[in-house]
Amino acid sequence: MPALRDGDPARRVDAGPRPLRNLWRLRRYLRPYAGQFCWLLFASLAATAASLAVPLLTQRVVDGPVADRDAAGLLRLGGLALLLGLTEAVLIFIRRWTQSSSSVGMEAAIRADVYAHLQRLPVDFHDRWQSGQLLSRVTSDLSVIRRFLSFGLLFLVLNLVTYLAVVVLLVRLHAPLGLLVAASAAPLFLISRRFARHYHAASRRMQDQQGDVATLVEETAQGLRTVKAYGRGPELADRFAGRARALHDTGVGKARLLARTSALFDLVPNLTLGVVLVCGAALVAGGTLTVGELIAFVSLQLMLIWPVQSLGWIIANGQEAATAADRIHEVLDTPPSIVDAPHAVTLARDRVRGRLRFEGVTFRYPGAGTPVLREIDLTVEPGETLALVGVTGAGKSTLLSLVPRLHEVTGGRITLDGHDLRDLRLSALRRLVGTAFEEPTLFSMSVWENLTLGRPDAGQDEVRAALALAQADFAYELPWGLATRVGEQGLSLSGGQRQRLALARAVLGRPALLVLDDPLSALDVHTEALVEAALKQVLRDSTALLVVHRPSTVALADRVALLDGGRITAIGRHSELLATVPAYRAVLCAEPASRDGLVRS
Amino acid sequence: MTGQVPEPRADGAGASHWRGRATDPDADRSRAEDTAPEAVARLRARSRALLRDLLRPHRARLGLATVLLLAQNAAAMAGPYLVMLGIDRAVAPLRAGDPGPLAAVAGAFAVAAGTEYAARRGFLTLSARIGQAVLLDLRQRVYGHFLRLCVGFHERYTSGRVVSRLTSDLDSIAELVDGGIDSLVTATLTVVSVAAVLLWLDLPLAAVALLAFPLLFALSRWFARASTSAWRRSRDAAALVIVHFVESLRGIRAVQAFRREPRNQQIFDGLNDEYRRANLHGFRLIATYSPGIKVIGNGTLAVVLGYGGWRVLGGGTEVGVLAAFLLYLRRFFEPMQELSQFYNTLQSATAALEKLAGVLDEAPGVPEPARPTPLPPGPERGAVRFRSVSFGYRPQAPILTGLDLRVPAGQTVALIGPTGAGKSTIAKLLARFHDPATGTVELDGVDLRDLADTELRRAVVLVTQENHLFSGTVAENIRFGRPTADDAAVEAAARAIGADDFITALPDGYATDVHRRGGRLSAGQRQLVAFARAFLADPRVLILDEATSSLDVPTERLVQRALGTVLRDRTALVIAHRLSTVEIADRVLVLDGGRIVEDGPPARLAAAGGRYAALHEHWRTSLI
Repeated sequence: MPALRDGDPARRVDAGPRPLRNLWRLRRYLRPYAGQFCWLLFASLAATAASLAVPLLTQRVVDGPVADRDAAGLLRLGGLALLLGLTEAVLIFIRRWTQSSSSVGMEAAIRADVYAHLQRLPVDFHDRWQSGQLLSRVTSDLSVIRRFLSFGLLFLVLNLVTYLAVVVLLVRLHAPLGLLVAASAAPLFLISRRFARHYHAASRRMQDQQGDVATLVEETAQGLRTVKAYGRGPELADRFAGRARALHDTGVGKARLLARTSALFDLVPNLTLGVVLVCGAALVAGGTLTVGELIAFVSLQLMLIWPVQSLGWIIANGQEAATAADRIHEVLDTPPSIVDAPHAVTLARDRVRGRLRFEGVTFRYPGAGTPVLREIDLTVEPGETLALVGVTGAGKSTLLSLVPRLHEVTGGRITLDGHDLRDLRLSALRRLVGTAFEEPTLFSMSVWENLTLGRPDAGQDEVRAALALAQADFAYELPWGLATRVGEQGLSLSGGQRQRLALARAVLGRPALLVLDDPLSALDVHTEALVEAALKQVLRDSTALLVVHRPSTVALADRVALLDGGRITAIGRHSELLATVPAYRAVLCAEPASRDGLVRS
Repeated sequence: MTGQVPEPRADGAGASHWRGRATDPDADRSRAEDTAPEAVARLRARSRALLRDLLRPHRARLGLATVLLLAQNAAAMAGPYLVMLGIDRAVAPLRAGDPGPLAAVAGAFAVAAGTEYAARRGFLTLSARIGQAVLLDLRQRVYGHFLRLCVGFHERYTSGRVVSRLTSDLDSIAELVDGGIDSLVTATLTVVSVAAVLLWLDLPLAAVALLAFPLLFALSRWFARASTSAWRRSRDAAALVIVHFVESLRGIRAVQAFRREPRNQQIFDGLNDEYRRANLHGFRLIATYSPGIKVIGNGTLAVVLGYGGWRVLGGGTEVGVLAAFLLYLRRFFEPMQELSQFYNTLQSATAALEKLAGVLDEAPGVPEPARPTPLPPGPERGAVRFRSVSFGYRPQAPILTGLDLRVPAGQTVALIGPTGAGKSTIAKLLARFHDPATGTVELDGVDLRDLADTELRRAVVLVTQENHLFSGTVAENIRFGRPTADDAAVEAAARAIGADDFITALPDGYATDVHRRGGRLSAGQRQLVAFARAFLADPRVLILDEATSSLDVPTERLVQRALGTVLRDRTALVIAHRLSTVEIADRVLVLDGGRIVEDGPPARLAAAGGRYAALHEHWRTSLI
């Protein structure tokens, strides 16, 4: 679990003692492909062997049939070369074909797991993490890992094997020269180590910056109307330019590192080749080496150039994959804090009476100094409707969010019919609770899908009833009725229409508990009256907690609780409180305004 | 009226009915993207033009990079040639005791290696600089263009798709820039220069070797065609994954409260799987193409070996030449493998570039005037006029038909009426989120379409009930209204509308981070911040569309009292369901079906016995 600085959770440019640990942990995703991977490795090794055999064959041709003037032998060896070549190609085909399915399969599996985990993580995690940072993890980071697992890792193995095999062949061809070539690995190793260290930090920085860019883009697209309304395009373009430039600079820095190392990886085998040529020529002159042997030696050695050259790229790719794996595990290693207790029970809808009790409930947002709610004691009897009233920021919405356990109480407990909510299965609890948030959230999906979010089994009649109750029959008038796609920002649906859809969603299926946050705020007076009348029917069968701001909506409630400074300071009937509690009157009624003469009644 | 609702299928596999039907069939793409062949050809041409345009400023550096590349290749090419020289020319003198030729060859070899090192390093650095500069340019262009595109475009395109274009698609191009271009160019050059050397070494052998070319060409052509459509599909699939990911995490409260997780996972898995299959298709194409190249290469090698050996037998060529020839031939086909790999990356990047070219090609629905007309100078005014304005979000469903409205400078007008009456539409037209289909909207006698965007936005500000807060501090969010404002001005604005109390009570006061999309502020607090922002912006015309709906009564009173001062010397359009807000208006317009049905001062209308009077009465009795 990363220790996170508030508001900036994704900043950890720290390789740690074992920089490859998180990458290694991803091996579990390779497991389903273990068999394939063996095949793949076998095919690759065989292909490499086949390609290695060709220069040796060349030597045979030069030293054998060509020297002996043996046309038949030439034909035979030529045929063999052709056969080897074709075999190599077939093996490569097998390797790549297998590799394609395993690499994209792994990528998809990790992505699905990260998504599943993110859905389990509580709301406060999502409040803290910028979504662009999360997105860049399941897109950019995953493709880096895919590239490494499919190509980088394989070529790392292959190139090392090729290197060793070639060196062994070289040593067998001519021991002293072969050992000379082997010794050239030492500088390569030193260069790689130095490079890996620097590259690690740079690639982490780059990935974080990619997340920053994604975050800004997402925010801009989200807040586009606000940006337009104030004409702040130029300022945002500047801010974007800053982040894009940071990304650019890191990219250039990385490229410089890679360029230096890559050029060195070119230089070392070249210099070795030069030394071999000089010594080889001397040996041929001395008669201890044939021309054919020298040609074979040199052509084998040339085979080392590509593997060594690509080593720079592979190491770079490996470092990027390592930091990407770190970033992915930062998410996967965050334990979901709101989960089912070991012995959680399920309450069926028909067995629920609906007595909701808050017992000394305290809640504090993570990282916040003072609690938002303190020592709340509150009982809502079965079938009762309780309204919460309080000034903006009093903690009303927070209190509501504790009921479906979107946040977890930090002190005390909430019970439903005597069961601590934490002893209920989350899915069962949330099935009992119908929620409408202060801001209606719609997704770019069909109206039907938006309504039946949590009840894919809902029938036409239930949906029709819910829409009727919320006065949202306009949904049937949309171009394709309920099959019409509404956008995230609502396809020009008005605020009132969106709110009514959200209300229909909450009451769909007649949940045992209704938790409605200022559900009528955006409705016009006429619609509000209609919804209120219909809502009264529903509220009779359900236990309900409402947040209200208007005297008109308070009429829906049996009792009202006044929330002030995180505490319940008064509770009772509306008329009682109005008469006896000045603070209540101040929050709910228009009296102060009347004093200003704005309202003449 | 339609009751046709698709029953959700339990399996969810491959079915995308959950997305619903879009009113705009092109909702998923920019208009330039089309599947018709002519459109595809046009798009390719545009994306090529875009690429040329992006590279134009770097011509000099590209020239230098080419020189370095040539130097590197010449140096690399010299290697095998020097080996041949060493074997053919230096061994015999050495046997005779003359190390001179060998020393010369060794010296030349060292020079070649050194040159290769320097040239390669220089080239890689330079080409990365060019590539990164192109990426930076492209990123900024696309982002800037998204900012210019109108609200209508964004409504159908969705934010997730914007994100997808600027992340995933750019990643595809970055991948090419990171490793691709260098290797692509290096490999191409190697292939070309090796072909030249082969021709020079032994013409008949080279002729045999070059027989492979037509085969390579045919294979590549097949691959190019197949992979282009494969990567296009992959880009589309990626966008859908991203859209779903971004939206469902943004709405995580609703997702969790409604136990949407399993269904979301089902949908996500479906999209993820389609993306996987699209990628798999692409990778399988390259998995066929690349060994295909190998077959051609190895076949050629075997043929050359046989034919070359036979020619050596016949005395047509020397052993050294055959050896060098075979070495070069390997160098010829080795990079071919790389080339095929990077060809693939190129194809994938091209598909992404096409998407971006499509976005850049999208004409803003609400374009900036080429020759803006300035607002008349003098004291701040703000007279608004709608001249027979007609408008509808869909042509078949007009909202406003021939609306005429004149609001004198400084007047506060309240718009009331049932949902769908066209109140918000009037607000959006005045804020120029859309342009009217016919008629004009004018500010101080200037058609909004003739006003420069910066001037329009300084003069007209719209505050809606969606109060978007950007990540940053509370102060920064208020300052969004006027970026040049100092802290004192920001705090004065907050005080003026009564937001100061709650802000100073926050943990870090004005410096409190509002977190992602204002997670920790309540809806009412967010509205207050948005109000302070509008107040700070100090526009001639202020439009409030349901801007106080989430406020509690005392706070709303406070805001209204402040509005009394704020609106005194500016024009205001206030849309509210709460008549309390209407009370501060000089004039009330009651709208129904896009038409003005009542118009007059609130007191007069209240007494007139019309719709407003009925609403007013209803509201008055509901107060306590």
